[in-house]
Amino acid sequence: MSLLRLDQVACWRGGRLLFEGFDLTLEPGQGVLVTGPNGTGKSSLLRLAAGLLTPLSGRVTSAAVALADERSALDAELTLARALGFWASSAAAVEAALDRLDLPALADVPVRMLSTGQLRRAAMARVLLAHAPLWLLDEPANGLDAEAVERLGGIIADHLQAGGAILAASHQPLPGTAWRKLALAA
Amino acid sequence: MIGRLIFRDLRRALGGSALLPVIFFLLVAALVPFAVGPDGKLLARVGPGLLWVAALTAALLPLERLVEPDRAAGMLDQLALKGLSMEEVAVAKILAHWLSFGPPLLIAAIPASVLLGLSGEALSRTLLTLAIGTPGLAALAVAVASLTSGLRQASALGSLLLLPLAIPLLIFAASAAGDPKAGALQLEAAVSLFLLVGAPFVSAAALRAART
Repeated sequence: MSLLRLDQVACWRGGRLLFEGFDLTLEPGQGVLVTGPNGTGKSSLLRLAAGLLTPLSGRVTSAAVALADERSALDAELTLARALGFWASSAAAVEAALDRLDLPALADVPVRMLSTGQLRRAAMARVLLAHAPLWLLDEPANGLDAEAVERLGGIIADHLQAGGAILAASHQPLPGTAWRKLALAA
Repeated sequence: MIGRLIFRDLRRALGGSALLPVIFFLLVAALVPFAVGPDGKLLARVGPGLLWVAALTAALLPLERLVEPDRAAGMLDQLALKGLSMEEVAVAKILAHWLSFGPPLLIAAIPASVLLGLSGEALSRTLLTLAIGTPGLAALAVAVASLTSGLRQASALGSLLLLPLAIPLLIFAASAAGDPKAGALQLEAAVSLFLLVGAPFVSAAALRAART
């Protein structure tokens, strides 16, 4: 059963048509990497898949979704552990997610003090806490150092192996799987 | 999730700037005798209305932090992905905002009434109108904060929107606080209820529109 299906989808945003007649199906275990120049609709495609945007035409059906974009969705005034706790079912789950992203040392640091790369990792920890089969990752490697990118690759591989699917948009190569490439044209 | 959101908003408000509107409210009440003069009768007559004007202006202070931080941080999108409708989000925000704003304002109205020389009876009536009107005011504030979220000069725009929309509430509340027989209390309750019922839908529509 498909985790994501886009049938003949058209997207209108910012006063122009970004794409139309777009088809995409994601099965469990599949990873699709969307590439393309700025402004071609990579982020909009992810938001359409998440159901946060309504397509101009066509149909979008998806399983439960976890989205990580340039915004961390974490309360800037709280410590990282408490901010993640808002999205978690238990403190143990937060601890496990922090461990997975190599963030335990930052657990008690306020979110507003985190660097861009650390915020990206925190957003991935939030994705882990969502326990959703379909991940939508917008530039997940932005701001990450080599070690963190490698760790991200491991997390991606584990998720796909567990039967999840990932739709990612990135300007840089992503590790973790043999991505099916999808190029959006300007 | 909705309970968590209420608790989080409440904790954030109480841990942050929740006292500012209350202090502002008290300051306005304290300034009035300096402006109007020491005429006790005059102060007692205009006092309930002035307390309501102070409450309205105090309600402007937290406008910026009601919705915009969550929109900018992507929290609203994530709440939607968790299955929460924007109407539910708005209800949670109204409830949390009222809990952090309404009861403290009611308590602050007691020393403020002393500053204005209100009688015990006038204070009771004013407290009743504040108890009935502040939920509507909180709902209006969340709706206005949602409508202006993400806009440039959102704070100034919010003030310009909120104050005129609160005029019916102000008229009936001040009237009910001054004259209990006029039936204004029922009208104030009706306006407050209308705002409470309508605001979540207005707020949700604005938040959905901002998403695109």
